[in-house]
Amino acid sequence: MSFLAFNLLEPWPEPFRLFLYLAGVMAFVGANAAYLVWVERKGAARFQRRPGPTEVGPAGLLQPIADAIKLMSKQVHVPPDSDRILFRLAPVMVMSPGLMCLATIPFSDTIGARNLDLGLVMVFAFGSINVMAIMLGGWASRNKYAIISSARIVSQNVAYEIPMLLVVITMLMITGTTNLHTIVEQQAGGFWHWNILKVWANPLMPVTFLIFFTCMLAETNRAPFDMAEAESELVAGAFTEYAGMGFGVFFMAEYANILVGCSLATVLFFGGWQSPIGVFSGVVWFLVKLYLLIFTVIWIRWTFPRTQFYRLLNLSWKILIPISLGTLMLTCVMLKIF
Amino acid sequence: MKKALGELLSGFVSLLTGMRITLRQFFMKDVTVRYPHEALKMPKRYRGHIVFVRDAESGKSLCIACKSCEKACPSDCIVVDGIKREGEKRKSVTDFNLDFTRCSLCGSCVEVCPVDALEFSKNYNLASTRKDVYQIDLVKRMEDGPK
Repeated sequence: MSFLAFNLLEPWPEPFRLFLYLAGVMAFVGANAAYLVWVERKGAARFQRRPGPTEVGPAGLLQPIADAIKLMSKQVHVPPDSDRILFRLAPVMVMSPGLMCLATIPFSDTIGARNLDLGLVMVFAFGSINVMAIMLGGWASRNKYAIISSARIVSQNVAYEIPMLLVVITMLMITGTTNLHTIVEQQAGGFWHWNILKVWANPLMPVTFLIFFTCMLAETNRAPFDMAEAESELVAGAFTEYAGMGFGVFFMAEYANILVGCSLATVLFFGGWQSPIGVFSGVVWFLVKLYLLIFTVIWIRWTFPRTQFYRLLNLSWKILIPISLGTLMLTCVMLKIF
Repeated sequence: MKKALGELLSGFVSLLTGMRITLRQFFMKDVTVRYPHEALKMPKRYRGHIVFVRDAESGKSLCIACKSCEKACPSDCIVVDGIKREGEKRKSVTDFNLDFTRCSLCGSCVEVCPVDALEFSKNYNLASTRKDVYQIDLVKRMEDGPK
């Protein structure tokens, strides 16, 4: 464990820095989770040529706050037959991966909460809590729709974790480290150094990114893979029994997880804070790339209809896994030869 | 193998085509009319309840109280009364009551009017919780309305 990423606040005493980064990460996740809802609604509206929220505040900017107040004023009802502890624990757990994983993401050379050598592994270790929390929430609420949804989430995530991790192994073979800070440093000096364009290491690198991105959409239960929340067949899936802010937290966690997924994609494939022209690198570039990716996620949601469940599994087992295995093999061969 | 890869590629291209279409929509002007703040102009042939046509010079009704509309109305929802005033050639209207609860907007009154004194209003906000709102006094309405 090194404190390399701390040097922006180097003159400050350690406990104070820790507290500042903790508060910073929590604020960043909270603000993003709240305001990505607004971005999503505005984006959806633009794609459908509507104005979106306009009434609460200028351009509807206070809408997330109004929504939060409304949700918080509702009773958090726990169904009498449910598993009370797990039912209450699930919304807490679902928010944790967003907060935990961002601790390792390097926002710039000098901004980042913790620079772990096993950063990449940690992101995946904590990232799967999200799935477990949704599954537990669905199971604990003792509702048929919620249980079907939980079963779907588990099979969907088992299916999509494999190609995602195969892609990450490919990345590890090229970068040779799991330290996210080092991975970004390796991509310095112009966009042709970014991992997505490292075609001399693996000619299928852009395909690798597409697999990663598809899996990320499936892991975060985003459309077109939102089988867990397929409201036309499963009411609200695992969240059916949740009322008020219990539901609100699940809703926000979806955006927190998108934030983590897109941050990771930025770091792994798009050179993190590195500028595309090689000079003026900084946190601005990280945020630009991050929000462009998030925009793409929203764009995809409002373009494609929801898939069917068996097609979702077919896509993973019959297409993504063979291709990701193929790129893995290809990378092995390329690394051995060159 | 070759077929499968071809399908995969063509499927991917079709996804990109879809995304290109939605992105183009994204940058187009939105088509929503923000209703309470702005409203669409009602089309020329829209039929609200009937109102008097105002005489362009005097600002008074053109109605001559001939009662043609009263007779033409299939639902008996019009009651007209008028007097002959000193120094005027025609009769002028004093009462024109429309019972809008029974009106079917057939337009016979407008059609039959010999002096074209009636027209359809463009008013579509006609919901109410009280029945007496629909007893419309067209003479009073015209006097109260904008000159």
